[in-house]
Amino acid sequence: MEHKIIIAGFGGQGILSAGKMLAYAGMLENKSVSWLPSYGPEMRGGTANCNVIITDEQVGSPIVNDATVLIAMNTPSLDKYESWVQPGGAIIVDSSLVNRQIKREDVTVYYIPATELAEQAGNSTFANIYLLGKLIGHTNLIKPESFEASLYQTLREKYHHMIPAEMKILRDGMEYK
Amino acid sequence: MGKKVLMKGNEVIAEAAIRAGCKHYFGYPITPQSDISHYMAKQLPLIGGAFVQAESEIAAINMLYGAAGAGARAMTSSSSPGISLKQEGISYMSCAELPAVVVNIVRCGPGLGGILPAQGDYFQAVKGGGHGDYKMVVLAPASLQELYELTVEAFNIADKYRILTMIMGDGNLGQMMEPIEFKDKEDIYEANKSWATTGTQMKREHNTVTSIYIEAEVLEAHNNKLQSKYTEIASKEVRVEEYNTENADIIVTAYGTVARILKNVIKNAAKEGIKVGLIRPITLWPFPSEAFARNAEHTKAFLSVELSAGQMVEDVRLAVNGKKPVYFYGRTGGMIPTENEILKKIKDILEKQGG
Repeated sequence: MEHKIIIAGFGGQGILSAGKMLAYAGMLENKSVSWLPSYGPEMRGGTANCNVIITDEQVGSPIVNDATVLIAMNTPSLDKYESWVQPGGAIIVDSSLVNRQIKREDVTVYYIPATELAEQAGNSTFANIYLLGKLIGHTNLIKPESFEASLYQTLREKYHHMIPAEMKILRDGMEYK
Repeated sequence: MGKKVLMKGNEVIAEAAIRAGCKHYFGYPITPQSDISHYMAKQLPLIGGAFVQAESEIAAINMLYGAAGAGARAMTSSSSPGISLKQEGISYMSCAELPAVVVNIVRCGPGLGGILPAQGDYFQAVKGGGHGDYKMVVLAPASLQELYELTVEAFNIADKYRILTMIMGDGNLGQMMEPIEFKDKEDIYEANKSWATTGTQMKREHNTVTSIYIEAEVLEAHNNKLQSKYTEIASKEVRVEEYNTENADIIVTAYGTVARILKNVIKNAAKEGIKVGLIRPITLWPFPSEAFARNAEHTKAFLSVELSAGQMVEDVRLAVNGKKPVYFYGRTGGMIPTENEILKKIKDILEKQGG
Protein backbone atom coordinates (compact mmCIF):
# COMPACT_ATOMS: atom_id res chain seq x y z
CA MET A 1 0.00 0.00 0.00
CA GLU A 2 1.35 3.38 -0.99
CA HIS A 3 -0.64 6.59 -1.27
CA LYS A 4 0.72 9.87 -2.57
CA ILE A 5 -1.66 12.67 -1.77
CA ILE A 6 -1.93 16.30 -2.82
CA ILE A 7 -4.21 18.55 -0.77
CA ALA A 8 -4.63 22.01 -2.28
CA GLY A 9 -6.77 25.11 -1.82
CA PHE A 10 -6.74 28.58 -0.29
CA GLY A 11 -4.69 29.51 2.74
CA GLY A 12 -7.00 29.31 5.76
CA GLN A 13 -8.97 26.25 4.65
CA GLY A 14 -6.89 23.97 6.82
CA ILE A 15 -4.95 22.51 3.90
CA LEU A 16 -1.65 22.10 5.72
CA SER A 17 -3.23 20.95 8.96
CA ALA A 18 -5.39 18.38 7.15
CA GLY A 19 -2.21 16.90 5.69
CA LYS A 20 -0.49 16.94 9.06
CA MET A 21 -3.35 15.14 10.81
CA LEU A 22 -3.40 12.52 8.06
CA ALA A 23 0.36 11.95 8.24
CA TYR A 24 0.22 11.79 12.03
CA ALA A 25 -2.53 9.17 11.91
CA GLY A 26 -0.44 7.14 9.44
CA MET A 27 2.51 7.32 11.82
CA LEU A 28 0.32 6.05 14.67
CA GLU A 29 -0.37 2.97 12.52
CA ASN A 30 3.40 2.50 12.17
CA LYS A 31 3.37 3.37 8.49
CA SER A 32 6.15 5.30 6.86
CA VAL A 33 4.92 8.87 6.27
CA SER A 34 6.06 12.27 5.03
CA TRP A 35 4.46 15.72 4.87
CA LEU A 36 5.82 18.46 2.64
CA PRO A 37 4.19 21.89 2.55
CA SER A 38 4.36 24.44 -0.22
CA TYR A 39 6.38 27.23 1.31
CA GLY A 40 6.98 29.22 -1.84
CA PRO A 41 5.83 32.76 -2.52
CA GLU A 42 2.51 31.43 -3.84
CA MET A 43 1.34 31.08 -0.22
CA ARG A 44 1.12 34.83 0.15
CA GLY A 45 -0.94 34.99 -3.03
CA GLY A 46 -3.54 32.88 -1.30
CA THR A 47 -3.05 29.26 -2.35
CA ALA A 48 -1.62 26.53 -0.18
CA ASN A 49 -0.87 22.90 -0.80
CA CYS A 50 0.86 19.98 0.78
CA ASN A 51 2.14 16.56 -0.26
CA VAL A 52 1.51 13.60 2.02
CA ILE A 53 2.90 10.12 1.47
CA ILE A 54 1.71 7.15 3.51
CA THR A 55 3.24 3.79 2.68
CA ASP A 56 4.01 0.35 4.10
CA GLU A 57 7.53 0.63 2.65
CA GLN A 58 10.08 3.43 3.10
CA VAL A 59 9.08 6.86 1.78
CA GLY A 60 11.35 7.74 -1.13
CA SER A 61 11.12 11.33 -2.26
CA PRO A 62 8.57 13.36 -0.26
CA ILE A 63 7.67 15.25 -3.45
CA VAL A 64 4.44 14.15 -5.14
CA ASN A 65 4.02 14.71 -8.85
CA ASP A 66 2.07 11.52 -9.58
CA ALA A 67 -0.66 11.57 -6.96
CA THR A 68 -2.95 8.65 -6.13
CA VAL A 69 -5.44 11.11 -4.59
CA LEU A 70 -5.97 14.84 -5.06
CA ILE A 71 -8.17 16.89 -2.74
CA ALA A 72 -8.96 20.20 -4.47
CA MET A 73 -10.61 22.89 -2.38
CA ASN A 74 -10.71 25.60 -5.03
CA THR A 75 -10.74 25.94 -8.82
CA PRO A 76 -7.12 27.17 -9.27
CA SER A 77 -5.91 24.07 -7.37
CA LEU A 78 -7.96 21.76 -9.57
CA ASP A 79 -6.64 23.56 -12.68
CA LYS A 80 -3.06 23.12 -11.51
CA TYR A 81 -3.13 19.57 -10.19
CA GLU A 82 -5.81 17.72 -12.22
CA SER A 83 -3.14 16.40 -14.58
CA TRP A 84 -0.85 15.37 -11.69
CA VAL A 85 -3.09 12.44 -10.68
CA GLN A 86 -2.11 8.93 -11.78
CA PRO A 87 -4.52 7.13 -14.12
CA GLY A 88 -6.80 5.12 -11.85
CA GLY A 89 -6.34 7.62 -9.02
CA ALA A 90 -9.02 9.72 -7.38
CA ILE A 91 -9.92 13.40 -7.31
CA ILE A 92 -12.06 14.73 -4.46
CA VAL A 93 -13.36 18.26 -4.97
CA ASP A 94 -15.17 20.67 -2.72
CA SER A 95 -18.01 21.39 -5.13
CA SER A 96 -19.17 24.29 -2.93
CA LEU A 97 -16.13 26.18 -4.17
CA VAL A 98 -15.06 24.48 -7.40
CA ASN A 99 -17.21 25.64 -10.27
CA ARG A 100 -16.37 23.10 -12.96
CA GLN A 101 -16.37 19.39 -13.77
CA ILE A 102 -13.26 17.19 -14.06
CA LYS A 103 -12.09 16.82 -17.66
CA ARG A 104 -10.41 13.43 -17.22
CA GLU A 105 -12.18 10.11 -17.55
CA ASP A 106 -9.43 7.82 -16.19
CA VAL A 107 -9.85 8.79 -12.52
CA THR A 108 -12.54 8.32 -9.87
CA VAL A 109 -14.17 11.65 -9.04
CA TYR A 110 -16.12 12.72 -5.97
CA TYR A 111 -17.97 16.04 -5.99
CA ILE A 112 -18.77 16.91 -2.38
CA PRO A 113 -20.25 20.27 -1.34
CA ALA A 114 -18.05 20.05 1.73
CA THR A 115 -18.12 23.70 2.77
CA GLU A 116 -21.93 23.77 2.67
CA LEU A 117 -22.24 20.42 4.46
CA ALA A 118 -19.79 21.51 7.15
CA GLU A 119 -21.69 24.79 7.56
CA GLN A 120 -24.94 22.86 8.00
CA ALA A 121 -23.19 20.74 10.62
CA GLY A 122 -22.27 23.92 12.45
CA ASN A 123 -18.69 24.73 11.45
CA SER A 124 -17.59 25.59 7.90
CA THR A 125 -13.91 25.22 8.87
CA PHE A 126 -14.46 21.44 9.04
CA ALA A 127 -14.86 21.20 5.24
CA ASN A 128 -11.32 19.80 5.08
CA ILE A 129 -12.32 17.01 7.49
CA TYR A 130 -15.32 16.14 5.33
CA LEU A 131 -13.04 15.70 2.31
CA LEU A 132 -10.45 13.76 4.32
CA GLY A 133 -13.32 11.47 5.32
CA LYS A 134 -13.97 10.70 1.65
CA LEU A 135 -10.25 10.12 1.11
CA ILE A 136 -10.16 7.62 3.98
CA GLY A 137 -13.42 6.02 2.83
CA HIS A 138 -12.12 5.66 -0.74
CA THR A 139 -8.63 4.40 0.07
CA ASN A 140 -8.94 2.65 3.46
CA LEU A 141 -5.57 4.28 3.99
CA ILE A 142 -5.93 4.57 7.76
CA LYS A 143 -8.57 3.68 10.35
CA PRO A 144 -10.83 6.51 11.52
CA GLU A 145 -9.82 5.60 15.09
CA SER A 146 -6.21 6.51 14.24
CA PHE A 147 -7.41 9.86 12.92
CA GLU A 148 -9.26 10.45 16.17
CA ALA A 149 -6.14 9.58 18.16
CA SER A 150 -4.11 11.98 16.02
CA LEU A 151 -6.58 14.78 16.80
CA TYR A 152 -6.29 14.16 20.53
CA GLN A 153 -2.49 14.09 20.32
CA THR A 154 -1.95 17.10 18.05
CA LEU A 155 -4.70 19.55 19.04
CA ARG A 156 -4.33 21.67 22.14
CA GLU A 157 -6.57 20.57 25.00
CA LYS A 158 -8.83 23.59 24.74
CA TYR A 159 -9.96 22.28 21.32
CA HIS A 160 -10.58 18.70 22.45
CA HIS A 161 -14.28 19.34 23.00
CA MET A 162 -14.63 19.81 19.22
CA ILE A 163 -13.23 16.40 18.34
CA PRO A 164 -16.51 14.42 18.57
CA ALA A 165 -18.07 16.85 16.06
CA GLU A 166 -15.03 16.53 13.78
CA MET A 167 -15.22 12.75 13.93
CA LYS A 168 -18.92 12.82 13.01
CA ILE A 169 -18.06 14.93 9.96
CA LEU A 170 -15.19 12.57 9.07
CA ARG A 171 -17.54 9.58 9.19
CA ASP A 172 -20.21 11.44 7.17
CA GLY A 173 -17.50 12.19 4.62
CA MET A 174 -16.44 8.54 4.48
CA GLU A 175 -20.00 7.50 3.65
CA TYR A 176 -20.86 10.36 1.28
CA LYS A 177 -22.15 8.99 -2.03
CA MET B 1 14.74 4.63 21.64
CA GLY B 2 11.70 6.69 22.55
CA LYS B 3 8.40 6.86 20.73
CA LYS B 4 8.06 8.38 17.30
CA VAL B 5 7.24 12.05 16.92
CA LEU B 6 6.29 13.94 13.77
CA MET B 7 8.48 17.03 13.40
CA LYS B 8 9.56 19.61 10.84
CA GLY B 9 13.17 19.34 9.63
CA ASN B 10 14.17 22.74 10.97
CA GLU B 11 12.79 21.85 14.40
CA VAL B 12 14.65 18.55 14.29
CA ILE B 13 17.93 20.45 13.87
CA ALA B 14 17.18 22.68 16.86
CA GLU B 15 16.02 19.80 19.07
CA ALA B 16 19.04 17.67 18.10
CA ALA B 17 21.41 20.55 18.86
CA ILE B 18 19.90 20.97 22.33
CA ARG B 19 20.18 17.23 22.92
CA ALA B 20 23.83 17.45 21.86
CA GLY B 21 24.43 20.01 24.61
CA CYS B 22 24.17 23.20 22.56
CA LYS B 23 22.98 25.95 24.88
CA HIS B 24 23.93 28.97 22.79
CA TYR B 25 22.37 29.96 19.49
CA PHE B 26 22.84 33.13 17.46
CA GLY B 27 20.87 33.81 14.33
CA TYR B 28 19.15 36.24 12.07
CA PRO B 29 15.87 35.20 10.41
CA ILE B 30 15.76 34.14 6.78
CA THR B 31 13.42 31.77 4.93
CA PRO B 32 13.41 28.76 4.75
CA GLN B 33 15.11 28.11 8.10
CA SER B 34 13.56 30.57 10.55
CA ASP B 35 11.82 27.74 12.43
CA ILE B 36 15.25 26.92 13.89
CA SER B 37 15.35 30.34 15.54
CA HIS B 38 11.75 30.04 16.71
CA TYR B 39 12.45 26.71 18.37
CA MET B 40 15.65 27.93 20.00
CA ALA B 41 14.00 31.14 21.21
CA LYS B 42 11.37 29.05 22.99
CA GLN B 43 13.55 26.25 24.33
CA LEU B 44 16.98 27.68 25.22
CA PRO B 45 15.79 30.01 28.02
CA LEU B 46 14.13 26.98 29.67
CA ILE B 47 17.47 25.21 30.04
CA GLY B 48 19.53 28.21 31.09
CA GLY B 49 20.91 28.80 27.61
CA ALA B 50 21.25 31.91 25.51
CA PHE B 51 19.21 32.68 22.41
CA VAL B 52 20.25 35.84 20.62
CA GLN B 53 18.56 37.25 17.56
CA ALA B 54 21.53 39.22 16.33
CA GLU B 55 21.36 42.48 14.40
CA SER B 56 22.80 40.75 11.33
CA GLU B 57 24.28 37.48 10.10
CA ILE B 58 27.76 38.95 10.52
CA ALA B 59 27.08 39.72 14.17
CA ALA B 60 25.70 36.21 14.68
CA ILE B 61 28.80 34.44 13.34
CA ASN B 62 31.04 36.63 15.51
CA MET B 63 28.91 35.84 18.57
CA LEU B 64 29.48 32.21 17.66
CA TYR B 65 33.23 32.91 17.63
CA GLY B 66 32.92 34.24 21.17
CA ALA B 67 30.83 31.38 22.53
CA ALA B 68 33.01 28.71 20.91
CA GLY B 69 36.12 30.53 22.16
CA ALA B 70 34.77 30.19 25.68
CA GLY B 71 34.43 26.45 25.07
CA ALA B 72 30.64 26.26 24.80
CA ARG B 73 28.73 24.11 22.35
CA ALA B 74 27.13 26.71 20.11
CA MET B 75 25.42 27.04 16.74
CA THR B 76 24.28 29.50 14.13
CA SER B 77 21.98 28.88 11.18
CA SER B 78 20.99 30.72 8.06
CA SER B 79 20.18 30.28 4.39
CA SER B 80 22.33 31.00 1.35
CA PRO B 81 22.55 34.84 1.23
CA GLY B 82 22.99 34.87 5.01
CA ILE B 83 25.71 32.22 4.83
CA SER B 84 27.55 34.39 2.29
CA LEU B 85 27.62 37.16 4.90
CA LYS B 86 29.11 34.77 7.45
CA GLN B 87 32.10 33.79 5.30
CA GLU B 88 34.58 36.13 6.97
CA GLY B 89 33.69 34.75 10.38
CA ILE B 90 33.90 31.19 9.07
CA SER B 91 37.45 31.79 7.82
CA TYR B 92 38.46 33.44 11.14
CA MET B 93 36.97 30.61 13.20
CA SER B 94 38.69 28.03 11.02
CA CYS B 95 42.05 29.69 11.59
CA ALA B 96 41.38 30.02 15.32
CA GLU B 97 40.34 26.34 15.35
CA LEU B 98 37.04 27.02 17.04
CA PRO B 99 34.59 24.14 17.16
CA ALA B 100 31.00 25.06 16.30
CA VAL B 101 28.13 24.13 14.02
CA VAL B 102 26.85 26.24 11.13
CA VAL B 103 23.58 25.24 9.45
CA ASN B 104 22.83 26.22 5.85
CA ILE B 105 19.29 25.46 4.64
CA VAL B 106 20.11 26.31 1.07
CA ARG B 107 17.80 28.37 -1.13
CA CYS B 108 18.11 29.21 -4.80
CA GLY B 109 20.55 31.86 -5.96
CA PRO B 110 22.65 33.59 -6.98
CA GLY B 111 21.97 36.91 -5.31
CA LEU B 112 18.92 37.27 -3.15
CA GLY B 113 17.53 34.65 -5.52
CA GLY B 114 14.38 32.92 -4.29
CA ILE B 115 13.33 30.86 -1.31
CA LEU B 116 12.84 27.47 -2.98
CA PRO B 117 15.15 24.45 -2.56
CA ALA B 118 18.57 24.44 -4.23
CA GLN B 119 22.09 23.03 -3.96
CA GLY B 120 23.99 25.94 -5.44
CA ASP B 121 26.15 26.48 -2.33
CA TYR B 122 28.21 23.29 -2.74
CA PHE B 123 31.32 25.11 -3.96
CA GLN B 124 31.03 27.68 -1.18
CA ALA B 125 30.74 24.98 1.47
CA VAL B 126 33.42 22.52 0.36
CA LYS B 127 35.92 24.63 -1.57
CA GLY B 128 36.03 27.52 0.88
CA GLY B 129 33.62 30.46 0.60
CA GLY B 130 35.89 32.49 2.82
CA HIS B 131 39.55 33.29 2.26
CA GLY B 132 42.58 31.17 2.95
CA ASP B 133 43.32 27.44 3.13
CA TYR B 134 40.64 26.07 5.42
CA LYS B 135 38.10 23.29 5.40
CA MET B 136 34.82 22.64 7.15
CA VAL B 137 33.34 19.19 7.60
CA VAL B 138 30.12 19.37 5.55
CA LEU B 139 27.29 16.96 6.33
CA ALA B 140 24.36 16.46 3.94
CA PRO B 141 21.45 14.50 5.45
CA ALA B 142 18.67 13.08 3.26
CA SER B 143 16.02 12.20 5.84
CA LEU B 144 14.91 13.74 9.10
CA GLN B 145 16.11 10.77 11.16
CA GLU B 146 19.53 11.22 9.58
CA LEU B 147 19.29 14.99 10.07
CA TYR B 148 18.83 14.38 13.79
CA GLU B 149 21.70 11.93 14.08
CA LEU B 150 24.10 14.02 11.99
CA THR B 151 23.32 17.22 13.90
CA VAL B 152 24.43 15.50 17.11
CA GLU B 153 27.43 14.11 15.26
CA ALA B 154 28.27 17.58 13.90
CA PHE B 155 28.90 18.81 17.45
CA ASN B 156 31.01 15.76 18.26
CA ILE B 157 33.16 16.13 15.13
CA ALA B 158 33.56 19.86 15.79
CA ASP B 159 34.80 19.26 19.33
CA LYS B 160 36.96 16.28 18.45
CA TYR B 161 38.96 18.11 15.79
CA ARG B 162 38.41 21.77 16.79
CA ILE B 163 36.79 22.47 13.42
CA LEU B 164 33.62 24.03 12.05
CA THR B 165 31.04 21.56 10.82
CA MET B 166 28.28 22.58 8.47
CA ILE B 167 24.89 20.90 8.15
CA MET B 168 23.81 21.46 4.58
CA GLY B 169 20.16 20.89 3.72
CA ASP B 170 17.66 22.42 1.34
CA GLY B 171 14.28 24.03 1.88
CA ASN B 172 12.47 20.71 1.43
CA LEU B 173 14.49 19.08 4.20
CA GLY B 174 13.90 22.05 6.49
CA GLN B 175 10.17 22.32 5.82
CA MET B 176 9.08 18.69 5.55
CA MET B 177 7.83 16.51 8.39
CA GLU B 178 8.76 12.90 9.00
CA PRO B 179 8.60 10.66 12.07
CA ILE B 180 11.69 10.85 14.28
CA GLU B 181 12.78 8.48 17.00
CA PHE B 182 14.96 10.28 19.51
CA LYS B 183 17.38 8.32 21.67
CA ASP B 184 17.00 8.42 25.43
CA LYS B 185 20.55 9.67 25.70
CA GLU B 186 22.98 11.02 23.10
CA ASP B 187 26.58 9.91 22.69
CA ILE B 188 28.47 13.08 23.49
CA TYR B 189 32.19 13.41 22.77
CA GLU B 190 33.71 14.98 25.87
CA ALA B 191 36.51 17.19 24.59
CA ASN B 192 39.33 18.61 26.67
CA LYS B 193 38.85 22.34 26.19
CA SER B 194 41.77 23.53 28.29
CA TRP B 195 42.51 25.98 25.43
CA ALA B 196 39.24 27.87 25.97
CA THR B 197 39.28 31.47 27.18
CA THR B 198 37.27 30.98 30.34
CA GLY B 199 39.17 33.25 32.73
CA THR B 200 42.40 32.28 34.51
CA GLN B 201 41.15 32.92 38.06
CA MET B 202 44.82 33.95 38.55
CA LYS B 203 45.71 30.23 38.61
CA ARG B 204 47.17 29.73 35.13
CA GLU B 205 48.70 31.52 32.17
CA HIS B 206 46.07 33.15 29.99
CA ASN B 207 44.81 31.36 26.88
CA THR B 208 44.74 33.05 23.49
CA VAL B 209 42.27 32.36 20.71
CA THR B 210 43.37 34.19 17.60
CA SER B 211 43.45 34.13 13.83
CA ILE B 212 46.31 36.57 13.39
CA TYR B 213 49.86 35.29 12.87
CA ILE B 214 52.04 38.09 11.55
CA GLU B 215 55.29 36.16 11.15
CA ALA B 216 55.58 34.06 8.02
CA GLU B 217 57.29 31.09 9.68
CA VAL B 218 54.71 30.97 12.43
CA LEU B 219 51.74 31.25 10.06
CA GLU B 220 53.14 28.57 7.76
CA ALA B 221 53.60 26.25 10.72
CA HIS B 222 50.02 26.96 11.75
CA ASN B 223 48.82 26.23 8.21
CA ASN B 224 50.75 22.96 8.22
CA LYS B 225 49.06 22.02 11.48
CA LEU B 226 45.63 22.78 9.96
CA GLN B 227 46.45 20.76 6.86
CA SER B 228 47.55 17.71 8.83
CA LYS B 229 44.30 17.93 10.79
CA TYR B 230 42.35 18.01 7.51
CA THR B 231 44.31 15.00 6.25
CA GLU B 232 43.42 13.07 9.40
CA ILE B 233 39.73 14.00 9.04
CA ALA B 234 39.76 12.97 5.37
CA SER B 235 41.03 9.52 6.37
CA LYS B 236 38.61 9.01 9.28
CA GLU B 237 35.37 10.87 8.74
CA VAL B 238 34.14 10.00 5.24
CA ARG B 239 30.51 8.97 5.23
CA VAL B 240 28.72 7.59 2.17
CA GLU B 241 25.74 5.43 1.28
CA GLU B 242 26.13 2.98 -1.58
CA TYR B 243 22.89 1.49 -2.85
CA ASN B 244 22.48 -1.12 -5.56
CA THR B 245 25.94 -0.34 -7.00
CA GLU B 246 26.98 -3.96 -7.63
CA ASN B 247 26.35 -4.89 -11.27
CA ALA B 248 24.87 -1.44 -11.95
CA ASP B 249 25.00 -0.37 -15.61
CA ILE B 250 25.10 3.24 -14.51
CA ILE B 251 25.65 4.85 -11.13
CA VAL B 252 23.74 7.99 -10.27
CA THR B 253 24.83 10.29 -7.50
CA ALA B 254 23.21 13.06 -5.51
CA TYR B 255 23.22 14.32 -1.96
CA GLY B 256 20.41 15.34 0.37
CA THR B 257 16.78 15.17 -0.70
CA VAL B 258 17.71 14.74 -4.39
CA ALA B 259 19.11 11.30 -3.54
CA ARG B 260 15.62 10.31 -2.42
CA ILE B 261 14.24 11.16 -5.87
CA LEU B 262 16.99 8.97 -7.31
CA LYS B 263 15.91 6.03 -5.15
CA ASN B 264 12.46 6.26 -6.73
CA VAL B 265 14.11 6.46 -10.16
CA ILE B 266 16.13 3.31 -9.38
CA LYS B 267 12.92 1.45 -8.51
CA ASN B 268 11.21 2.62 -11.71
CA ALA B 269 14.27 1.77 -13.83
CA ALA B 270 14.42 -1.76 -12.37
CA LYS B 271 10.86 -2.34 -13.63
CA GLU B 272 12.19 -1.68 -17.14
CA GLY B 273 15.20 -3.93 -16.60
CA ILE B 274 17.73 -1.08 -16.23
CA LYS B 275 20.21 -1.57 -13.40
CA VAL B 276 20.93 1.75 -11.73
CA GLY B 277 23.06 2.18 -8.61
CA LEU B 278 23.41 5.13 -6.26
CA ILE B 279 26.34 6.68 -4.44
CA ARG B 280 25.07 9.22 -1.92
CA PRO B 281 27.80 11.35 -0.33
CA ILE B 282 26.80 12.02 3.29
CA THR B 283 29.97 14.03 3.93
CA LEU B 284 30.47 16.50 1.08
CA TRP B 285 33.84 17.26 2.63
CA PRO B 286 35.60 14.97 3.09
CA PHE B 287 34.28 13.74 -0.27
CA PRO B 288 33.83 9.95 -0.64
CA SER B 289 36.19 9.73 -3.63
CA GLU B 290 37.13 6.12 -2.94
CA ALA B 291 33.55 4.91 -3.49
CA PHE B 292 33.53 6.49 -6.95
CA ALA B 293 37.00 5.23 -7.89
CA ARG B 294 36.16 1.67 -6.83
CA ASN B 295 32.83 1.59 -8.69
CA ALA B 296 34.43 3.11 -11.81
CA GLU B 297 36.05 -0.30 -12.34
CA HIS B 298 32.79 -2.03 -13.22
CA THR B 299 30.02 0.45 -14.08
CA LYS B 300 29.60 2.03 -17.53
CA ALA B 301 28.99 5.65 -16.59
CA PHE B 302 28.14 8.07 -13.80
CA LEU B 303 25.42 10.70 -13.63
CA SER B 304 25.42 13.50 -11.06
CA VAL B 305 21.99 15.01 -10.40
CA GLU B 306 21.95 18.33 -8.60
CA LEU B 307 19.80 21.37 -7.88
CA SER B 308 22.61 23.44 -9.36
CA ALA B 309 24.26 24.18 -12.69
CA GLY B 310 26.89 21.51 -11.96
CA GLN B 311 29.04 21.71 -8.83
CA MET B 312 29.48 18.33 -7.09
CA VAL B 313 29.96 16.81 -10.55
CA GLU B 314 33.48 18.31 -10.53
CA ASP B 315 34.44 16.25 -7.48
CA VAL B 316 32.87 13.18 -9.08
CA ARG B 317 35.02 13.73 -12.19
CA LEU B 318 38.16 14.09 -10.03
CA ALA B 319 37.32 10.87 -8.20
CA VAL B 320 36.50 8.90 -11.36
CA ASN B 321 39.67 10.32 -12.91
CA GLY B 322 38.72 9.72 -16.52
CA LYS B 323 38.08 5.99 -16.12
CA LYS B 324 34.42 6.33 -17.14
CA PRO B 325 32.30 9.14 -18.55
CA VAL B 326 30.65 11.41 -15.97
CA TYR B 327 27.39 13.10 -16.99
CA PHE B 328 25.41 15.84 -15.33
CA TYR B 329 21.74 16.71 -14.98
CA GLY B 330 20.65 19.73 -12.97
CA ARG B 331 17.79 22.13 -12.40
CA THR B 332 18.08 25.59 -10.87
CA GLY B 333 15.90 28.41 -9.62
CA GLY B 334 13.97 26.17 -7.24
CA MET B 335 12.88 23.74 -9.98
CA ILE B 336 13.15 20.09 -8.96
CA PRO B 337 13.74 17.33 -11.51
CA THR B 338 10.99 14.74 -11.78
CA GLU B 339 11.64 11.00 -11.70
CA ASN B 340 10.67 10.73 -15.38
CA GLU B 341 13.08 13.47 -16.43
CA ILE B 342 15.97 11.69 -14.72
CA LEU B 343 15.04 8.26 -16.08
CA LYS B 344 14.97 9.70 -19.59
CA LYS B 345 18.45 11.14 -19.08
CA ILE B 346 19.68 7.73 -17.85
CA LYS B 347 18.25 6.03 -20.95
CA ASP B 348 19.88 8.59 -23.24
CA ILE B 349 23.26 8.00 -21.59
CA LEU B 350 23.02 4.22 -21.76
CA GLU B 351 22.09 4.44 -25.43
CA LYS B 352 25.22 6.53 -26.03
CA GLN B 353 27.30 4.01 -24.07
CA GLY B 354 25.99 1.17 -26.24
CA GLY B 355 23.28 -0.29 -23.99
